[in-house]
Amino acid sequence: MEVLLYLGCTVPIRNLNYEVSARLTAQALGINFRDLEEFGCCGFPLKSLNVEDTIVTAARNLALAEREGLDICALCNACAGTLNEVAHQVRTNLELREKINRRLKVVGLHVEGKVKVRNFVRLLWEEIGVEGIRKAVTRPLEGIMLAPHYGCHYLKPSELNVGFDSPETPKTLSEMITATGAAVVNYPSLLDCCGGGLLGMSEEVANAMAARKLIDVSKTGAHALVLVCPFCNVMYEGQQKKIAKSTGLDLKTPVVYYPQALGLALGMKSDQLGFKLNRIKPTGLLKIVEG
Amino acid sequence: MARINLNKLDPQFKHRVADQPGGEGLKACFLCKACTAACPIQPLDKRYDPRKIIRMVLLGMKDEVLKSDFIWLCSSCYGCQEVCPQNVRFTEVMYAIKNLAAQEACMPPGLTAQRSLLRKHGRLYEVGEFENDKRFKLGLPPIVEHPEDYEKLLPDRPTGV
Repeated sequence: MEVLLYLGCTVPIRNLNYEVSARLTAQALGINFRDLEEFGCCGFPLKSLNVEDTIVTAARNLALAEREGLDICALCNACAGTLNEVAHQVRTNLELREKINRRLKVVGLHVEGKVKVRNFVRLLWEEIGVEGIRKAVTRPLEGIMLAPHYGCHYLKPSELNVGFDSPETPKTLSEMITATGAAVVNYPSLLDCCGGGLLGMSEEVANAMAARKLIDVSKTGAHALVLVCPFCNVMYEGQQKKIAKSTGLDLKTPVVYYPQALGLALGMKSDQLGFKLNRIKPTGLLKIVEG
Repeated sequence: MARINLNKLDPQFKHRVADQPGGEGLKACFLCKACTAACPIQPLDKRYDPRKIIRMVLLGMKDEVLKSDFIWLCSSCYGCQEVCPQNVRFTEVMYAIKNLAAQEACMPPGLTAQRSLLRKHGRLYEVGEFENDKRFKLGLPPIVEHPEDYEKLLPDRPTGV
């Protein structure tokens, strides 16, 4: 299948390990990512200032995708969530659609809300499936324990994700981890928000939110925490050192992106999958997989 | 908090919030506190309490809400929205409140700075040779800024007022 790869602002600048591993694993599984140079910010950062500015910004990207006649695959939960929300609003609210199209006229675009927007892992789950992944695995991650973190906007608001995963008992990422041959580690704060949304407002509160999960996961002995969103990464990987310092705990929980783990199971080398860019090295994991 | 001065309450405030996009569900709230119980911020910072914020809006405490720091503490996790029995959609109500605060020029400078970046670059981060060089070394295609549309689509001033 062919989809448009939506990189957003953060991933192509700060999370190249995520992008590289997503592109490689998609290709190996027969998903053809097409780049669209004109894609820009999804509009999420504007929502607190003016909701309609977010809608028009997201609608611009949706209109570009509609022109190509392709669905969107996003790597960031905030991008996927915002574009999905706006596609839904534009599709169902005719008055709003007309208003937004009046604003889009100045850039020569028109939106209908027809494209489907999914996070990469959701796309894998729906299009390749657990069985499809299992069949493609050439090097099962036996002996590896991985802790999933879904991220809020992957699951919520659930009214926009009807028929997908449950916000209370999510399973898609856990099942995708199992498909790689790794064991899924459960822990009490599985559903916790990373706190990334308020890092700019209160670092203290944001860090306290992320700390709980990092402490829980480190107690389980998991080889890594598995993410699907660069904002969650800012908290769990980027802030981990500071959190360790402020809590006085010896935290060294490696954080990996799902396609990095998947790539290893598909037989790819850690060098190809951008593991050099992981700031807390998953040494234990890579030692078991690559020797 | 100081005692409420009834003469300073704004009876129109709740209607203004409800008229913002996302604010529609506000008046359906029956104050059950499920939102506060589900909120991950409230236990860490008592200033941010969803039910209290709804009550303040319904009472008309406009200045106390719009000029506060606490309205910017929502992490947008949608926890409150998922548990609400009245479908208030409080995460969206918070956006409606913040939009009104922005209209009154009460907003954190970080957000307006982000907005300026978007208008200038079409992205949150400026992309230069350094970034594209790093991408090239990993076999990734270059990022090309297309700010033209963003400048045209977004009004000069943050709130469009």
